[in-house]
Amino acid sequence: MADWHRLTIRSNDPDPRGTSIATAAAHLGIELPRDVDVADVIHVCGVLDDSQRVRLAAALADPLLQHASWDAPTSAGIEVTLLAGVTDTTADAVLHAARQLDVQLTGAAKARRIEFGADVDRELADEVVRRVVANPVIERWGHGLVDPPMLHDAPGHADAELIPIRGSDDAALVSLNVERSLYLDIEELRVIRDEYERLGRDITDVEIETLAQTWSEHCAHKTFRAIIDTTGGPDGPAEVTPLMAQLRACTESIDAPFVRSAFVGNAGVIEFTPGTTIALKAETHNHPSAVEPFGGANTGVGGVIRDVLGIAHRPIAITDILCFGPADLPLAELPDGALHPRRIRDGVIDGVADYGNKIGLPTVAGAVLYDPAYTTNPLVFAGCIGTAPSRPIHDGPFAGDRVIVLGGATGRDGIRGATFSSATMDATTGAVAGASVQIGDPIVEKLLIDALIGAEDLYTAITDCGAGGLSSAIGEMAEGIGADVDLDLVPRKYPGLDPWEVWLSEAQERMVIAVAPEQLAAIRARCDRVGVLLADVGVFTGDGQLRVRHQGHVVVDIDTKFLHDGRPQRRLPAELPTPNRHDHTGRSVADPAATILALLAHPNIASKADTIHRYDHEILGATVVRPLVGAAADGPADGVVLADPGATEGIAIGIGVNPWYGLHDPEAMAFAVIDEAIRNVVAVGADPDRVALLDNFSWGDPRRPSTLGELVAAVQGCCAAARMYAAPFVSGKDSLNNEYVGADGQRHAVPPTLVITAVAHVPDADQCVTPDLAEAGNVLILIGRTAAEFAGSHLDLVQGAPLDAGVVPAIDPDAPATYRQLHAAMRAGLVVACHDLSEGGLAVALAEMCISGRLGARIDVLPDDDLVTALFSESSGRLIVEVRPQRADAFMKIMGRSAAHLGTVTDDSSLSIPGVEPIPVDRLVEAFNGAGVR
Amino acid sequence: MSTVRAIVIAGPGTNRDCDVRKALEHAGADARIVLASELVARPALLDDAGLAVVAGGFSYADSLGAGRMLALDLVLGIGDALRGFVSAGRPLIGICNGFQVLTAAGLLPGALGHNAQGRFDCRWVVLEPVPDSVSVWTAGINDPIHCPIAHGEGRYVHPDPDGLSAAGQVALRYRSTNPNGSVADTAGVCDPTGVVLGLMPHPENHIVRRQHPRHSRGGGGDAHLGLRLFDNGVQHAEGL
Repeated sequence: MADWHRLTIRSNDPDPRGTSIATAAAHLGIELPRDVDVADVIHVCGVLDDSQRVRLAAALADPLLQHASWDAPTSAGIEVTLLAGVTDTTADAVLHAARQLDVQLTGAAKARRIEFGADVDRELADEVVRRVVANPVIERWGHGLVDPPMLHDAPGHADAELIPIRGSDDAALVSLNVERSLYLDIEELRVIRDEYERLGRDITDVEIETLAQTWSEHCAHKTFRAIIDTTGGPDGPAEVTPLMAQLRACTESIDAPFVRSAFVGNAGVIEFTPGTTIALKAETHNHPSAVEPFGGANTGVGGVIRDVLGIAHRPIAITDILCFGPADLPLAELPDGALHPRRIRDGVIDGVADYGNKIGLPTVAGAVLYDPAYTTNPLVFAGCIGTAPSRPIHDGPFAGDRVIVLGGATGRDGIRGATFSSATMDATTGAVAGASVQIGDPIVEKLLIDALIGAEDLYTAITDCGAGGLSSAIGEMAEGIGADVDLDLVPRKYPGLDPWEVWLSEAQERMVIAVAPEQLAAIRARCDRVGVLLADVGVFTGDGQLRVRHQGHVVVDIDTKFLHDGRPQRRLPAELPTPNRHDHTGRSVADPAATILALLAHPNIASKADTIHRYDHEILGATVVRPLVGAAADGPADGVVLADPGATEGIAIGIGVNPWYGLHDPEAMAFAVIDEAIRNVVAVGADPDRVALLDNFSWGDPRRPSTLGELVAAVQGCCAAARMYAAPFVSGKDSLNNEYVGADGQRHAVPPTLVITAVAHVPDADQCVTPDLAEAGNVLILIGRTAAEFAGSHLDLVQGAPLDAGVVPAIDPDAPATYRQLHAAMRAGLVVACHDLSEGGLAVALAEMCISGRLGARIDVLPDDDLVTALFSESSGRLIVEVRPQRADAFMKIMGRSAAHLGTVTDDSSLSIPGVEPIPVDRLVEAFNGAGVR
Repeated sequence: MSTVRAIVIAGPGTNRDCDVRKALEHAGADARIVLASELVARPALLDDAGLAVVAGGFSYADSLGAGRMLALDLVLGIGDALRGFVSAGRPLIGICNGFQVLTAAGLLPGALGHNAQGRFDCRWVVLEPVPDSVSVWTAGINDPIHCPIAHGEGRYVHPDPDGLSAAGQVALRYRSTNPNGSVADTAGVCDPTGVVLGLMPHPENHIVRRQHPRHSRGGGGDAHLGLRLFDNGVQHAEGL
C-alpha cells in the first residue's frame, strides 16, 4: 500500500541559508557557536520500488551540488513544514516531475531541516527557530522527524447555516458581530436585520459573510465615504463633503486632457502616447505583512499587479514603499506577539523580491522608512504600472455573459482578509488571523497575464479576486445586473470547504471575467495553451439578484442594490488639528560636518542598495533611469524612467512620503509630499504638465476624532496641492485602523502616512537627467526658496527635536512655474545634472550629488545667512542643477529669479562649504554606503 | 541569404522570452516564442529553426532547483531532437534559467548552485571574452561585454575547471567582480563543439546604448553591447 517516504537533500558546499540563520540570530543577540546546517526534505506518498527511488532522487538532486538520501536522518534537528492547506508550490513540482518519470505519487510535501549541532541545547534551538526561521501562522515544527502535513478531508457542510437574525436586539447583533468577526457597525447590523425581517426569512452564513466583506472598510471605504462633522476649524463646527468625493471633485476640476479613467475600476488610466495608455495603481498590505511578512508582501505585490491586469493593461513595473520599526530594536523592547522589525523587514523584502523577480517585472521605484511607531504595524505599499493600446474601457457584463473564474484553485487560504485588514491588531492577531494570510504563486499569475493580454476583445468585463475573494469580485461585477453562480463548479485545492469559505476565500492568482457564450471557446483555447485553469461557474442574469448555489441549495440570494447601496452612510466626528504655521524656529548644530555624515548614515537617508539589488530592475530592458545611478552606480536617483529600447517617449515614476511632517501638520505634509513626488519626476526630465497622482493613506483608527481630523486635513492638503500643480489624482487607496493594542492595553497607531506616487510623461528619454555630478568646472545653481522650516526634519531625527519644533516646510506657490522653466531648460539641453532637496536639506543633496559623480563641490553662496537653515532646512520646491559655465547665463535667463548661484563642481574630491570643515567625498561615500564601502 | 528563423523556448515561468525575441530581431533574425509544451507536441518546430534560445526566468518557480523541471520536460519530450539540432551545428544558447536548464539537461557541462552570498542579485557586470574559446557565440569578440545579471542560483560549479578551460569551453569570464562565487570567474561555458553556449548574465538587456547605466557619462558603447552575442549566433546560423 502507498505510504510516505522522505528524501533528505543536502548541499555539497555549505548551505548559505545556514549562515543567514546564524546571522539573523546574532542580530537579535542570540549567539550560536557556528553556522547551522540546513537540509531540504521532500516527502512523497506512493508505492516506490528501488528504480523509482533512484529516478526520483536523480531528478530532485544534482550530484554536482547536492547529495540525497532516502534514509531518515539520525542526527538531532528541527524540521519545519507547512500547515495543512498552505500553498506548497514545491509539492506541485514534485508531483509534476514524478508524472514525467512514470512514478505514481498520491501526495508530496516539502520541509526544511535545521541542524544546530550537539552543543546547542533544545531551548536555544527552539528560540532561534521561533525568532528567525519559522512562523506558526503558516508552519509547524518540532524536534526529530516531523510528519508531512496531511489534510483530513472532513466533508464540508452540504448546506449553509441559517442565522436567526430577525428580532435580534443590539446585544444579540453585537455578539453575532464578535462571534463571526464581522467588524460591522451596529447601524449596519440593524439595517441587515431589518432587511431580512422585510424579506421574512433568516440570513445564511454565506450572506452575512458576503455583506461583511462588501461593507468592510477595506472594500467599502466607509470612512472616505462618510459625512464628517468637524470641530476646531477656523470657522468653528462644519460638515465636510466625504473625503472620496473631495478627491474626485478635485480631479474633475483640474480636467486634465490626458486622464482616461479616474477612481473607477481597479486602477486609474491616463494617455501615454497617441494610441497607448498607462494604468497605475498602488495598494497596501499592512496587516498581512505584520503577521507573515513574506506572504503578506508577496501577495500584496501579486494583488496590485492583478489590479492593473484587471483594467486590461500589461503590467510593466512595480514600486514598493516600506515602513518598519528600528532594525536594531532590543528584543526586550519588542511587544508581545509582534515579530521583530528586522525579521519583518527581511521577510517583506524577500516577499517583494520573490514575486516581482519571478513574475518578471522590474521593481524600480520605492522607499524604505524606519520609525519606532511602525514596530508593531509595518506598512507595505505596493504599486504597479501597466501599458496598453488605447481601447474603450470594458462596459460589461451583459445579461447572458458567463461568469468565468481564471487561475489558481480555491483553498482555505485568506479567509476574511477584508474584514481582518479593517480591524485593529493585538497580541493574538497572528493566531486568529493566520487564515487571512495567503502565500503567492507568481508563476500562476505570470501565466494569467500571458492568457489575458491580447484577449481584450474576448471578454466584456474583468476584475481581480482580491479581498473578499469571489464574493466581492463577482458581487461587484454583478452590481445592477445580477448573477447566478454555482460554487460546486469552483475548482478546489482540497475537499472539506464550507460554502462560505469557497465564496470568501482569498486564494491568490485568480481573475474573474465576463464572457459572451460565443467567445468562451476562444478564451478556453488561450488558457489551455499556457496552462491556466478556467472555470465557468455561472451566468450574469439581468434580474439584479446575486444568487449563489451550493450542492443544489441556494445559499445566497441578495438584491445587488441592497448589497452595494444598502449600507447606511457613516457620520463621523473629526477634530481638526491646529498646526503652527507662523512661529519659525531655527536650530543650532555643534559640528556641521559631523551632522552631514550622521544624516547620510541615518537609515532613512543611507543607501538602499542592499534592497535594490535584491530586485530585478533590468528585466524588459526599459529601465533608463535606475534607482541607483552615477559613476559607481550607487547614487540615489530622484525618480526612475522607463522607455522601451528605441522608443523616444518614456514614463517617469516619483514617490513622496514623509510621516514626520504629518505628526506636526498633516495638511502641510500632503502639500510637501505631493511637491516632492512631482519634483522627483521633473528632476529626471518629465513634463510637469503631464503628471498624474496616486494617493495612499495609511492611518490610525478613524473613530478617534483627532485621527480623523488629521485625515481630513491631509485630504484637503492633497486637493489644494493637486489643483496648484494641475496634477490630477487618478486612483487611490486608504488603509485605516493601522493600530496595535499592546499587552499593556495601550493603542499604538502609525503616524499619519501618506504615500504619493507621481507618474509622468517624459518627452525624450534620451534627455533624461540624473543627480551625479559630471564635470569639474561646471556651475551649481539652487532653485527655490529656503526658510527655517525644521518641524519633522531629519536634522531633528539625528539630534533630537526641541520642544518648540517650529513649522514644517510650507508650499512654494511659485513651484509650478519654476518646474515648467526647469523643464524648458532641460529640453534645451542646458541641464547636466539635477537633484531634488528632501530629507537632510541642501547639505545632504549636495553630498549625494558628490557621491553619485565621485566629484567634489565648492559652495560659494549659501541660500540663508543662518548656516544651519541654509544646510539642513527641508524647505520644499528646491532643486540643485549642474550646468556648463558657458550655458549658465542661458539657464539663468530661463529660470529668472527662482534660481541663484550656489557653487562649482571640483575635482579635488571634497565637499567644501563656507563655515564647514571640508569633507572628503570618500567620507561621504562611506557614511552613505556604510563603513568599508567605496 | 534568407532570414534566419530563431525560436525562443519558454516554459511556465520563463520571463525574459520577450527580451530575447527583441534582441534576436535587432540581430536580424525572424524570432518567435515557442512553449516547451508546444515543442514537445510538434518537434518539427525545432527542425524549422536555424537558431534556438532557452530564455531566462523562473521555470516552474525554480522549485527543486533552478531549471530542473523544464530540463526534464525537454529531455524526456524532445531530447533527441535537441541533440540532433546541436549535432547539425545549429547554434543554441541558454541564458540564466536557460543556462541552468541546459546544464541540467546535460547539453552543457557543470551545474549552477545558489549564489555564494545566498541571495538574488541584480547588477551590471563586465564579461571578458576568452580568446581561445571554441564558442561560435563569442568568436571574434575582443571587447568586454557589458550587461546585467539577475539571479539567485548562478554559482557555476565544475569538477575540473582547468580541463574545461584547456578544452576551450570557457567562453566568458567575469571581470573585476565575480558576483556569485562561480569557479574561476566562469560566466559562460560552451559544449566541446562550441555551438551551445550558456551564461547567467543577460546580453538581451543591452541591445541599444541607452540601456547602459552610464550611457549619459560615456559608458558602454556599441563595442560592449550584449547584442554582439546575438549577432554572432545569427551570422553563424546564416553560414550553415
